[in-house]
Amino acid sequence: MSKQYELNKELAQMLKGGVIMDVTTPEQARIAESAGACAVMALERIPADIRAAGGVSRMSDPKMIRGIQEAVSIPVMAKCRIGHFVEAQLLEAMEIDYIDESEVLSPADDVYHIDKTRFRAPFLCGARDLGEALRRIGEGASMIRTKGEPGTGDVVQAVRHMRRMNDDIAKISAMREDALFHEAKVLEVPYDLLKSVHEKKRLPVVNFAAGGVATPADAALMMQLGAEGVFVGSGIFKSGNPEKRANAIVKAVANYLDAAMIAHLSEDLGEAMVGINEDEIELLMAERGK
Amino acid sequence: MKIAVLAVQGAFLEHEKMLKSLGAEVMELRKAEDLLGDFDGLVLPGGESTVQGKLLRELNMFDPLKRRIEEGMPVLATCAGLILLAERISNGGERYFATLPVTVRRNAYGRQLGSFFAEEAVKGIGRFPMEFIRAPYVEQAGENVEVLGTVDGNIVAVRYQNQIGVAFHPELTAHDGMHRKFLEMC
Repeated sequence: MSKQYELNKELAQMLKGGVIMDVTTPEQARIAESAGACAVMALERIPADIRAAGGVSRMSDPKMIRGIQEAVSIPVMAKCRIGHFVEAQLLEAMEIDYIDESEVLSPADDVYHIDKTRFRAPFLCGARDLGEALRRIGEGASMIRTKGEPGTGDVVQAVRHMRRMNDDIAKISAMREDALFHEAKVLEVPYDLLKSVHEKKRLPVVNFAAGGVATPADAALMMQLGAEGVFVGSGIFKSGNPEKRANAIVKAVANYLDAAMIAHLSEDLGEAMVGINEDEIELLMAERGK
Repeated sequence: MKIAVLAVQGAFLEHEKMLKSLGAEVMELRKAEDLLGDFDGLVLPGGESTVQGKLLRELNMFDPLKRRIEEGMPVLATCAGLILLAERISNGGERYFATLPVTVRRNAYGRQLGSFFAEEAVKGIGRFPMEFIRAPYVEQAGENVEVLGTVDGNIVAVRYQNQIGVAFHPELTAHDGMHRKFLEMC
């Protein structure tokens, strides 16, 4: 394992206990940073708008990403399409701090994910279960997030993916060691990664929650379910008072076990993102990139 | 001996694990009420200094902790923690406790692609593995600040009275020398 990969995993460790916010302009990035975001995800349109607009969605304009890099001192992440290794090369050339090979954008390759071991820049990927997570880690991802269902304001899928991950890890941890060879075959994952999960009873990299988080209580729910931090996308800048909501979500993640504090934080946040229920949506982004 | 670890954001669990392995008791600081507990030393972990500094203030832990540091409570501050302690930050941004008379440059090595690993001597400990992750370094150390280590001519570890500040992450390595040194002060 390369030293750079270790350093990339360690950057994810530094983000733990924090909130990473989607932003589309330098101004939003500054609002996110001053509200307490530990990193921002630069993208052209937030997932709710991508969903509304339809069509092909791609990596953002490098100029927009640069503007955001210049606006804040916290790490800046950006998304490329699944399998689009040239978009990833551009992001690496721009010294982006984390590349999200993301199902939120239209996939560029319906078979292969990017060979992330060829990059020095860190990658994070979405996963619905242990199999997807270990495949992405095998390809070189140094951070994982649940896929959830982006741009919906509905947390149900993020919850499902986090619970599924917990169940899968519990099952692998309890297995006899000699059963792991077969299980690696069933899950279609590298054996050594599966063995590491068996021994350490956790993923080999940091795992955040993402997709549909809209309230401080949603964020604390994901933390109590075992997320090590939270991505908030459309939930902030599609709400009535982005700054106040962002700030409340940051505090709720830092004190995710303190119900009294979270109740207080949840007062008067203005209109929450309206959202759509999962059975009302036509496009399931989480189905992309297994 | 009981050590309080600031646990509002960042890599605080890694510090807790290492402190426990050395026989210390550990408690987490997440809100003002947590400060009512008794503790003999304070750890400021790596993470994002802007987030930690903001939460320290808004969760009402800032003034009481600053007072305790000024009164001599031993502190081990790593990476973001070093920024929280620094009296001056050369490339802008807010100052926080400002109890350590040094000038620090934040993100001194650039973005994540500038992150690196080094192994250099630390005074009183010996060769030490150092992970620099979007790390700061000390541009200028005040008169009575003891320089504990440098990498490529830049100061990366200092001690001033009760405060140890390092730009790297001893909590991520297998080497417990820095935490031992800190516990000896407590």
